[in-house]
Formats: sequence, structure tokens, C-alpha cells
Amino acid sequence: MCDNPSTDHLFQQLDDYIDSLPYKKEDLIVILHQAQALFGYLPDKVQWHIAQKLDIPSAKVYGVVSFYSFFTMKPRGKHVANVCMGTACFVRGSEKLQAEVEKQLGIKTGQTTTDHLFSLDSVRCIGACGLAPVMTVDGKVYGRLNDPKEVEHILATYETENQISETVVH
Amino acid sequence: MKLKNTDELNALKIQNLVLLENRRVPNNSANTSESQDRPRHVMVCGGTGCHASNSPEIAKLLIQELQRRGLSDKVQVLQTGCFGFCEKGPILEIHPDNVLYVEVSTEDVADIVEEHFIQGKLVERLLYIDPNTEKRFASDLPFYHSQLRIALRNCSYIAPEDIREYIAADGYQALSKVLFNMSPTSVIEEIKKSGLRGRGGGGFPTGTKWELTRQNEAKQRYIICNADEGDPGAFMDRSILEGDPHSVLEAMLIAGSSIGASHGFIYIRAEYPLAIHRLEIAIKQARQYGLLGEKILGSEFCFDVEIKYGAGAFVCGEETALIHSIEGTRGEPSVKPPFPAQQGLWGKPTCVNNVETLANIPPIILKGADWYAGIGTEKSKGTKVFALAGKVNNVGLVEVPMGTTLRKIIFDIGGGIKRHKSFKAAQTGGPSGGCIPAKHLDTPIDYESLIAIGSMMGSGGLIVMDEGDCMVNIAKFFLEFTVDESCGRCTACRVGTKRLHEILTKITEGKGALDDLDKLEKLCKTIKVSSLCGLGQSAPNPILSTIEYFRDEYLAHIVDKTCPAGVCKSLLRYHITDKCKGCTLCAKHCPAGCITGSTKDRHIIDQERCLKCGACMEKCHFGAISHH
Ligand SMILES: Cc1cc2nc3c(=O)[nH]c(=O)nc-3n(C[C@H](O)[C@H](O)[C@H](O)COP(=O)(O)O)c2cc1C
Ligand code: SF4
Ligand code: SF4
Ligand code: SF4
Ligand code: FES
Ligand code: FES
Repeated sequence: MCDNPSTDHLFQQLDDYIDSLPYKKEDLIVILHQAQALFGYLPDKVQWHIAQKLDIPSAKVYGVVSFYSFFTMKPRGKHVANVCMGTACFVRGSEKLQAEVEKQLGIKTGQTTTDHLFSLDSVRCIGACGLAPVMTVDGKVYGRLNDPKEVEHILATYETENQISETVVH
Repeated sequence: MKLKNTDELNALKIQNLVLLENRRVPNNSANTSESQDRPRHVMVCGGTGCHASNSPEIAKLLIQELQRRGLSDKVQVLQTGCFGFCEKGPILEIHPDNVLYVEVSTEDVADIVEEHFIQGKLVERLLYIDPNTEKRFASDLPFYHSQLRIALRNCSYIAPEDIREYIAADGYQALSKVLFNMSPTSVIEEIKKSGLRGRGGGGFPTGTKWELTRQNEAKQRYIICNADEGDPGAFMDRSILEGDPHSVLEAMLIAGSSIGASHGFIYIRAEYPLAIHRLEIAIKQARQYGLLGEKILGSEFCFDVEIKYGAGAFVCGEETALIHSIEGTRGEPSVKPPFPAQQGLWGKPTCVNNVETLANIPPIILKGADWYAGIGTEKSKGTKVFALAGKVNNVGLVEVPMGTTLRKIIFDIGGGIKRHKSFKAAQTGGPSGGCIPAKHLDTPIDYESLIAIGSMMGSGGLIVMDEGDCMVNIAKFFLEFTVDESCGRCTACRVGTKRLHEILTKITEGKGALDDLDKLEKLCKTIKVSSLCGLGQSAPNPILSTIEYFRDEYLAHIVDKTCPAGVCKSLLRYHITDKCKGCTLCAKHCPAGCITGSTKDRHIIDQERCLKCGACMEKCHFGAISHH
């Protein structure tokens, strides 16, 4: 991400991506994936831009963004932690793990810390049920998390980078 | 290099058989002088579970260490898909020695090279030890004894990122047979005769679905592979894609040529990066070898596939919702009929098949319908893969013939319940399924028998629960899931599941009344009949099955205001027993400051102020605190 308030180059990259697709309207979901990868989230301005570019109503774009839980309209923290709430993790104590992470970060699931360092979410089974209960941070999987100290240790490794920057779409 | 005909495919197979020669070890011939001279293969598990516990790093270090010790040309390191035995990961297997090492860490790498490869002896501490008999195993682990791997046949056996390995393992031979020695209708007949039914949950006969799709006149037809795998706790589809992606591509080609489709889609969750990565490699290689694209193997058949990404909506696993999602809209289900076979993707006849269903196709074509129909029960043929998880010793992927009993899966293969606790229930079918109690452990499981006992096959998630699990809380957990995932189209599903969840929450908080059970049951029946898609229709199953088999537990919550499993927080009462030594530790850690007592005296908890956080119980070294 960048400190530069101008996001023109990101819009340019998005346009280039859309131009490279053989079908456009049908590929709305793929385009949204790409846009979220570029901007980190999907604010109104990005949704509106995509609607213009594809020549479809922006209500349709909004309808799709709000339907799928993978898409977010709020900026995320620099690191995204996900506690697995799949059945296998649930019966092996993921509720406790979730409460512990919430306590240590001082936020609830679905929220972002005020310093924008962490966002906390939940996922449903990442396929590492043998390691339940499981959490991921930025996609890296941590398993067998029954000890609060372990959680503390993991979060600490991400806290050390204190230079925060985020993309803001003006 | 594009393969121009069957002869070239066969030549490539023969040329690459050497890759697999090592791995076919009929019996334990480890460390005989003859096998000493053969080049070794170290198969490192690269499935999601082992990947998460550092297996790629282990593979990398192994390669470096082998190089350092001058063994690079004698030992090759390869990454595979899941071995199934995820509980003991990371796993690696050495061929042709026929040795399996479990729970390997990066620190073990030097010892493996020194002891196994240089000194030629086993690294004893990395062998599997059966917790019940304390016997050590280097091969032929009890975990695999009752299994039959058809869909998982290549997972852990080949390196999924190399198409030559798949080809050496009879890969694309079924396609070649279908293109040159069979007519589309005879392929469909063969699949019908095999008795294969859809593994995505519905259990619809696969051959019949292909026939229905083919019957509809159209210029274009589509085949879709459903890799959405929404059941939270199931991971067989992703494991097949990670461990053997070509088998799914080959099956899509076979389906495409039989139903008359030239285009296929794989709909996969964006949350499965490793499976997507391996699929992308497989598709690229298949195109390079001319196994996807124009005039495949020199025939008139043209076919290509495209990956489409889901975006985190469980209902998109439902076939009509999935089709809408591929079309780029909200993934809401639509009324059937018309079925996708009649009017599917962009209005064209479309066949939707699950990943595991497809993985069974190539072996059926090669070995014949009779072989396949000889496995399983009267109405459910072949095998089923289960994702065995929860409170069981051996969490992992298990493939067994249909009709195997739950007892066999949980106690023989799964090694029984963790920490010697007692079995309480097994949950199958995910949020659509039910909880099966101990009295049904000996039911041979197939599609029909599971429905008869109030659950369903679903995609094959199998979660084991012990005495420490509260069945009301489990029902609530699943309802939370359906409330989250209901797409909102039908009022019964949208509002009804919310009401169910509210009542369950009330009960777990000790605020339930006796007529809540009737209310639950009545509402469940309404939701079942007035919901449009399978999500709403089956959402009540976790409640109905737990009320049927664990009514006592509901009553304990409602009448006695206790949670027998000690799970529901509001109903817990922490109290200090006479084992207390008066060490004061608990009092120091109680966030409510509600524990009193002087040094060396038995402490007391003020129930009114207790937050039921459990901190005291965790801290006490003398086991003096209990909860009911
Ligand atoms: C709510 C809901 C979710 C579903 N999720 C999946 C899924 O994740 N994977 C899957 O293969 N089938 C799923 N199905 C079943 C599909 O609708 C469809 O029947 C299946 O993909 C057909 O393939 P098969 O005949 O090979 O099983 C789901 C059905 C419903 C009602
Ligand atoms: S039953 Fe539920 S998930 Fe299915 S269409 Fe109706 S509201 Fe949507
Ligand atoms: S459960 Fe928590 S609040 Fe209650 S007595 Fe123990 S430590 Fe204190
Ligand atoms: S920690 Fe245990 S032994 Fe110590 S005072 Fe508390 S209950 Fe008693
Ligand atoms: S349920 Fe958490 S990883 Fe499978
Ligand atoms: S992921 Fe390695 S055994 Fe399953």
C-alpha cells in the first residue's frame, strides 16, 4: 500500500485489468476481487468507477458487493487475523480462542483496531482441522492455539512493525 | 509438446513409468540390498494441514541437506497432496524403503539424512506409535487398514504439480478410451451402471444427470465442477484438487465429451489459495500437452476449462445459486424446475458435478462399471471420503466403502476418542445434517441409512463429539451459521432461522421454558416445507436430531437450569471443593474479585458477582475448583 493520497495509478491498474478481460459484465466478481486486492477494500468510489466502466447500474455492483462476505466496504487493518469458526475448530475450543484474540486486540470480531494495525474476522474451515483450533494472520496458518501466551506471541510478531500506512480513497 | 494421438500419450506414459517404479512396493522390503541401490523418493506432504505446519520449509531444508551431504543425485524430494493422516502431520514417506515418518519438524532434517540415508537405519523417534498398543509402525499403519482409496488414489502417491507423474499413473488413459473406443451414450451407460451418485450432498445418480443434460437440444452445453465446499469442517474437495488436480480435469473432459460440452468451469472458493495454485498449474500443463484445447489427442473433440472464484457465500454451493454467481450476479438460488440440465448457465443445458464425484470417473471408465458397483451397498455404490475431525485421535481424510459403520471409522481408523473420554455424538452433513448418538454407531452408512437416522451424507464432514460437548450449544452453532448464510429470499428461511436461533440462545442462557421445545419443532417443520432451496429445507436438521436423541440435555437446560456438559456459561456455577489448600492464587486472578478466604483456608466464591470466566479453575494447581 502507499502513503500517497492519490490513487490514480490504482484506478489505472484496475482499468488495464478490466480492458484485458474478454468478457466484462459477466466477470464482475473477478473484477471486484482484483479491485479489493488493489485498494484493500471496496469503497463507494471504487464501486461507482467499476459500474461506469462496465456500463451497468451502480446498484447492481453494490448488490453484488454486499451479498458476498469476502468483499468489504470498510478499510481493513494492516494485518488481518481470522479465527476459524468451522465445526472442527468449534468443538476444539475456537470460541475461547476468539474471545482471547478479541481480548488481546481490544476489539470484537468484524472490527479494526484504532491504530489500523489489525482487523479481526472469522472464517469457516481452512482445511487444517487437524490443527484445531486454528487462526490465520495475513493468510499464514497458526494451529493448536490453546494457550493465550501463544496468541500473544503471534500477535507480537506483527506488532513490531509500527510504521502504519493505509490506502485512503479520496 | 502437444500430444497428437493415443500412441504419443502411451509413449509418454512408458517413458515416465520410471518416476513411479520406486513407489510401488508390494510388501515391506525396506533396506534390502537390492532396494539400497535404487534412487530414493522423499514424498513430503504438501496438503493444507501439513503446509500450515511448515512442510514446504522441511522440503527445502531436506534438499539443501542432501546437497550438502552429496546425496542430491541419489535422493529426490517431491511435494504431494494430503496423506489423509493430518493429525500426525507434517508427514513424509520414503520410497522404495516404504517408510513413513510422522510429526516431522525442521529440526529433524539433519537426522533423517544422517540416520536414514547415510547409516541406512530408521529414525525411530519419527515412527508412528499406536497410542493403544504402543507398537511402532514404519509402514502399513492401522489408520489405512480399512480404507479403500479410489477418489484419493493419487493423493500422496504422485507429485501433483507434474503432469508426467499423473500420466505415468494411468492419467488421461480413461479420456483416451472414451474418445477412441466408446460412444458418448456408452460412456453415460457405463456411469449409470456403476451406480455412482453425486458426492456434493444430493446423491443424484451421476450418469442420469449426464443423460438429462445431453438430451436437451442446444448448440452449447456446459459442465461445471462444484468446488465451493461450503460445509465448515469438510476439506475433501480441496484436498483432491491439491493432491490430484488432473483427475478432476480428466473427468471434466470425459463429462464434456459425453454430454456435448466444449466448455467447463471450476467454481472454487477464493479462500483456497493452494488448491487454486495447483489447479492453475494443472490447466497450464494440460494445455501444453494438448489435453485441453482444440482436437484433443487428435480427435474431433475440443474442450477448455476456466476457473471462477466464489466470494464467501455458503449458498453459492447450491447449483442454481452457483450458476448465478458465475454469471456475475448475486448468488441467490432460483426455483427448480427448470433444472440446470434444462436451462443452466446463460440459459444453456448445464451439468453441475462435485469434485469428489468427478474424481471417481476415470477409474470407473478404466476398471469398468461392474468393478465399481461391486463396492458399497445396494443403493450407494463405491466409496465415500469423510473429513474426520473433532474429538477423535486421528483427524484426517478417510476414504471407505459405502456401508462402513461409524464405529469402524471413528474407533478403528480414527483411533477412538481423544484423551480416553467417551463418545457422545457424530455430526454428519454439516449445517444440513444431524447428530448421531452412540446407539447408531453400528449403522452401515450410506445415503439412505443416514437419512433414516435423521442426518444426511452431505459432502462428508464427520465431526466427532465427546461428553464435553453440549448438544444444545452445537445446534445453536449450526443455526448461527444458517442465519449468517441465508440469502434472504424466503421469509421462512430468513426470519425462521433467526427465531430458532433466538430460542436456542434463550435455552442456553437458562431462560428457556418447556413449551420452547414444541415451538422449536413446529417452526422447524414450517421452515422445512416453505423454503426454496436446500439450505432452508435442511437448516432445522441439527435441531430436530438433537431434540430427538438428546432431549434430556434440552430438559436439563430448561428445567434444572444446568448444562450437563459444562459448556453453557450462564448455567455454570464455579465452586471450590475441600481439595483447596488456601494458596490464594485464584483470588489473585479473579477479574471480579469475588473469591475470598485467608491463606491456608478453603476459599469461597461469591456466586452473585462471579463472571463465569473460568480463570480461577485454570489457575488452581490442586484441581480444587469445579463447575456444574
Ligand atoms: C445450501 C447448499 C449448499 C451446497 N453446497 C455444495 C458444495 O459446497 N459443494 C457441492 O459440491 N455441492 C453443494 N451443494 C449441492 C449442489 O447443489 C449440487 O447438488 C451438486 O454440486 C451436484 O453435484 P453432484 O451431483 O456431483 O453431487 C449444495 C446444496 C445446497 C442446497
Ligand atoms: S431457503 Fe434460505 S438460502 Fe435458500 S433461497 Fe430461501 S432464503 Fe435463500
Ligand atoms: S469464574 Fe472468573 S469471576 Fe468467577 S470466581 Fe472464577 S475467576 Fe472469579
Ligand atoms: S487456587 Fe485452588 S488451592 Fe489455591 S486458593 Fe484457589 S481453589 Fe484453593
Ligand atoms: S474447522 Fe477450522 S480448520 Fe477446519
Ligand atoms: S495435509 Fe498432510 S496429511 Fe493431510
